[in-house]
Amino acid sequence: MTAAGTEAAVLAGPADGATPRPQVRLRLPPPAQLGLVPFGAYVVLFLVVPTVLAVATGFFDKAGRFTLDNVSALSDPVVVTTFWNSTWLSLLTAAVGALAGALVCYALLGVPAHHPTRSVIDALAGVLAQFGGVMLAFVFIAAMGRYSLLNVWLSGAGINIYAASNWLYELPGLIPPYIYFQIPLMVITFGPALDSLKPQWAEANLTLGGTRWTFWTRIGLPVLAPSFAASFLLLFANSFSAYATAAALASQGSQIVPLQVRAALTSETVLGRENLAGALALGMIAVMALVMTGYALIQRRAERWRR
Amino acid sequence: MRRASFHPHPVTRGVIGVLVGSFVLLPLLATLEFTLRDGDAHSLVHWAAIFDPAKAATYKPIWVGLSNSLVLMLVTIAVVLLLLAPTMILVNLRFPRLRRSMEFVALLPISIPAIVLVVGLTPIYLVIGRTLGTGAWTLAFAYGITVLPFAYRSIQAAIDAVNLATLAEAARSLGASWPTVVWRVLAPNLRGGLLAASLIAVAVVLGEYTIASLLNRQNLQTALVLVNKQDAYVSVIFSLLALLFCFLLLLIIGRTGNLGAARGKDR
Repeated sequence: MTAAGTEAAVLAGPADGATPRPQVRLRLPPPAQLGLVPFGAYVVLFLVVPTVLAVATGFFDKAGRFTLDNVSALSDPVVVTTFWNSTWLSLLTAAVGALAGALVCYALLGVPAHHPTRSVIDALAGVLAQFGGVMLAFVFIAAMGRYSLLNVWLSGAGINIYAASNWLYELPGLIPPYIYFQIPLMVITFGPALDSLKPQWAEANLTLGGTRWTFWTRIGLPVLAPSFAASFLLLFANSFSAYATAAALASQGSQIVPLQVRAALTSETVLGRENLAGALALGMIAVMALVMTGYALIQRRAERWRR
Repeated sequence: MRRASFHPHPVTRGVIGVLVGSFVLLPLLATLEFTLRDGDAHSLVHWAAIFDPAKAATYKPIWVGLSNSLVLMLVTIAVVLLLLAPTMILVNLRFPRLRRSMEFVALLPISIPAIVLVVGLTPIYLVIGRTLGTGAWTLAFAYGITVLPFAYRSIQAAIDAVNLATLAEAARSLGASWPTVVWRVLAPNLRGGLLAASLIAVAVVLGEYTIASLLNRQNLQTALVLVNKQDAYVSVIFSLLALLFCFLLLLIIGRTGNLGAARGKDR
């Protein structure tokens, strides 16, 4: 591969094309590095610049002067509360999603890789985890809302789940749909880790007089623990950055950080500050960077058992 | 037999399947029931209403949004196939040292929430609005970024499965030009990955709401939210259909991937 790569590079001659050798030049394309330019420019323009802009705008006021005023808003009690809401919502739904998702992965152990059950579960998990968004909000309004069959039945039994408040459209209402997309994400991310469990380990466990219980407590769970922790962090990041489901459910109010970004983007001033969206984006990026770095570090540790 | 001793007991498997399965499927079934309501009875009245001329004005945003989303899918697929895929081929053939950096860049959008990206895209789309117009298709540039991690993984898996350098050299030594090599030798060998990347782009674009709504462009999802305020049934129906469509797309990707893997085993 490397040798072939070098040969290809040699075939192409001097990549910078500095010395023109007529016969060779005719057969050669322009310098290969040029081929990297379109994609590079695209990524810079639509990924790097927006990210830098999003974070940097928090440091400037409307007139373009440098200010720490917006960033200091991150310590405003209102902002602190929304960050706390986002954090506990993400922790809770990631924990429930990780446990339930891991159980599904366990149940799938021994189902052959190309079995139709796996294909169906993988596809379903992919849709619900990654492409649900607004649609999941509608599903939960139809399935649990005031006019849902569930509520009709419960009311018939004398139970009114909406007696205290219309909680489905408030912060607690985000918990069911968030768990609903966390479980499938866990199945997608944690599933491959279970494939690293080797039948030989079970045999070794058996020869040494171990039981199913000792296999899991002494071998299975310790080997899987790093992957589980990494997946948990990914789930946390996932619900921390989720916007669409919350935006469709909670059409008013800014209970979590992404919704507060919406408020800051759509109305001119929130908390009497301009460019608060930038400061909130900075806060979100900081949390995401922390979580994703942890994810990468633990994932590297987890790779040890895979090969 | 013994070998499989860490596999779950069939009863355990069944209990987990029923519990989690019902949590996943019951809301979908309850949603289906919701769309079938007709007063106290059930009928297809709300499904039939989709094509009712009397409601055409109410539902118009959905058709506009859907056609915008279709255009967005095509442009996003173009970004994946004409910008990402050739660059990945180039990197793998000529700049193997850049593979790590390429992977880092391609997976970066996972760590950057769409809501954060929107904050930075707002000024960029002001410029785009002035130069390219405010058409919905321009969103495809942003969608190309959100699709990047998925598309990269699909295409890279296909590249890892074939020996790109040998194929390219064989074709070159037979006198093929570089465009011919890419179009007639490499692309057909990577078609599984390219197809999967394109179908995932379709799924991502179909379900996207965050960027479109905050940049004030209309796509299917923003239309569903808009229409939902006047007629909850139709947006729920379209949600179910879109989820079903994405499910089928992913099923196709999974099955064709498996077919490819099975074929590879035969060799």
